Amino acid sequence: MIRIFPRGTLMPFLFACTVALGVLLPLMMMVTISLNPDEQDILVSMGSLKSFIPETVSFQNYIDVWTDPARPFFRYMMNTAIVTVATLLISITINSMAAFVVAQGSLPGNKMVLLFVVATIAVPAESLVLPQLILAGKLGLVDTYVVQILPGIANALSIFLFFQFFSRIPKDLFEAAELDGFSFFQKYRHIALPLSKPVISAVAILQFLEMWNAYLWPVMVTRGPEVRPLTVAMGAFFGTNQRIPWGDVMAFAVSMAVPVILFFLLMQRQFIASVMSSGVKG
Amino acid sequence: MADVLIQSVTKRYGTVEVVPSLNLEIPEGSFTVLVGPSGCGKSTLLRMIAGLETVSDGKIFIGGTDITHTAPSQRGVAMVFQSYALYPHMSVAENIGFGLRLAGMGKSEMEGRVREAADILQLGPLLDRKPKQLSGGQRQRVAIGRAIVRKPKVFLFDEPLSNLDAALRAQMRVELSELHERLGSTMVYVTHDQVEAMTMADQIVVLNKGHIEQVGAPMHLYNAPATPFVAGFIGSPKMNFLQGPKPWASAPQGALIGIRPEHITLSQTGGQWPATVRHVEHLGGETLVHLDSECVGSLTVKVTGDLSAQAGTTLHASPRPEMLHVFTDGQRVSA
Ligand SMILES: Nc1ncnc2c1ncn2[C@@H]1O[C@H](COP(=O)(O)OP(=O)(O)OP(=O)(O)O)[C@@H](O)[C@H]1O
Ligand SMILES: [Mg+2]
Repeated sequence: MIRIFPRGTLMPFLFACTVALGVLLPLMMMVTISLNPDEQDILVSMGSLKSFIPETVSFQNYIDVWTDPARPFFRYMMNTAIVTVATLLISITINSMAAFVVAQGSLPGNKMVLLFVVATIAVPAESLVLPQLILAGKLGLVDTYVVQILPGIANALSIFLFFQFFSRIPKDLFEAAELDGFSFFQKYRHIALPLSKPVISAVAILQFLEMWNAYLWPVMVTRGPEVRPLTVAMGAFFGTNQRIPWGDVMAFAVSMAVPVILFFLLMQRQFIASVMSSGVKG
Repeated sequence: MADVLIQSVTKRYGTVEVVPSLNLEIPEGSFTVLVGPSGCGKSTLLRMIAGLETVSDGKIFIGGTDITHTAPSQRGVAMVFQSYALYPHMSVAENIGFGLRLAGMGKSEMEGRVREAADILQLGPLLDRKPKQLSGGQRQRVAIGRAIVRKPKVFLFDEPLSNLDAALRAQMRVELSELHERLGSTMVYVTHDQVEAMTMADQIVVLNKGHIEQVGAPMHLYNAPATPFVAGFIGSPKMNFLQGPKPWASAPQGALIGIRPEHITLSQTGGQWPATVRHVEHLGGETLVHLDSECVGSLTVKVTGDLSAQAGTTLHASPRPEMLHVFTDGQRVSA
């Protein structure tokens, strides 16, 4: 008898399949429904196998969602992209700088500072929303990009990950640089930062997801389509309408997920490449 | 080119005094080697000259200028690290030239200097590689190249060869000596390998627990070690120190007497100290014989050529009397 599964691998395989199905089924359902233009049919087939495997393939829902004048999809997407990219760029710059200062030991009470920063990871973001809202109101920032960007910049986890990485770079490297005439900032800019590509991509992936999918804060501080992100626009499907247009919702959701997947693939390749090259002693 | 003057320099970590008030003059153009056992403060001293470590007390001058509080890059020194400390993300050319670029040097002048250094060190074909694509010896050359292009007054080396295998180490010793002759710059070289010290130095500084035991030319340290520590440290294999109540009749009471392994002769028929052969090491051109003697304790003897002595046989060892080193109270007694 030919064994397809060597002894002891069948159970793990089945387990992995179950987990994969748990992840894939909702995604298949999302795609299938988004390709079905018939709202009646969607409701009827929901709960049967038909809602996982498309029978008809139509892009009508997509066209509807992308061209709806009451819900300017690409405007929302631009808003989300602006807020996400701006947050990422500023946040990675500032957090890596903060981490570098702590890692170099150039701050009195270094350990305490780091401890304090790490402790803030335990504070749930939701608990800060109300004070932040009051602040935003007082500063007159409501309904702007800035108010959506600011709270995401300082990120304790990001600082911690950078710190860990920086403090593992051999001291000799920075000392050689000092003799070579590097300033403190140049040591950061020309040594620490170029070496930290793996951390940058890890932090970027985490924060990209967080910002792209942010809902609570944007829903509180945005009013109209000028600065409102995709998440809030999608939430509006479930607002006053009696009947939820599932086909449109799913087409919207798929369109919204595509950039995330692309970004992830892009960063992941970079991530893996850097991890592999930094594994070689040099 | 410049001399380095170290004046009552002290280094304390908290309350621990690692280097107690040290004075040293490193002549212009010399190749000075700091040797000593692990933890004796060699690196600390070198790093204070480089400016990577602060000086707790005292002053350091380079070429007559007080640089005790000058930034490392402004001291006119360049350092080669044991770990090479190459920038992993930069090519060989960038590793060598980046410091110059930061200093605001023009592109063409910088490239000229990089090429010049690459020529000296035979790095030409490797300029586009990353450090991880280089062998240990090549990495070491790049690290030296990075020092050369800065045209420093003083080169500092902290055990630069200790990560290399024996053959490469021997080759690099020669290359470094040639580099010193070619550039004529002052070089300060830290090692705990006395062979490196003997072969490369024109001045050896023997350090022990942060203080200087002796300073001098290699052959002077070999011929006239000032203290038993220097006597035991310089020379390979180690000098024999005679044990026993009165191992040498004409020496003063309580004196410590040393004799180098190469200054003892062995005979089958008769001699000063009868001794039993414990172990024989054949090095090819010479042979090391380890013996136990009832009068003077254990002895190592170096003889030229081969010697076929079985362990357990008895031989007679005789020192060349003019080669005895006599120390009382830890100081050399002039013979
Ligand atoms: N940052 C520090 N804090 C406290 N003590 C230190 C520190 N750095 C070095 N020392 C101590 O200073 C002494 C000298 O150290 P140093 O590195 O100069 O020795 P070394 O001669 O270079 O030894 P090796 O041959 O092992 O490199 C050692 O006893 C070491 O423990
Ligand atoms: Mg050392």
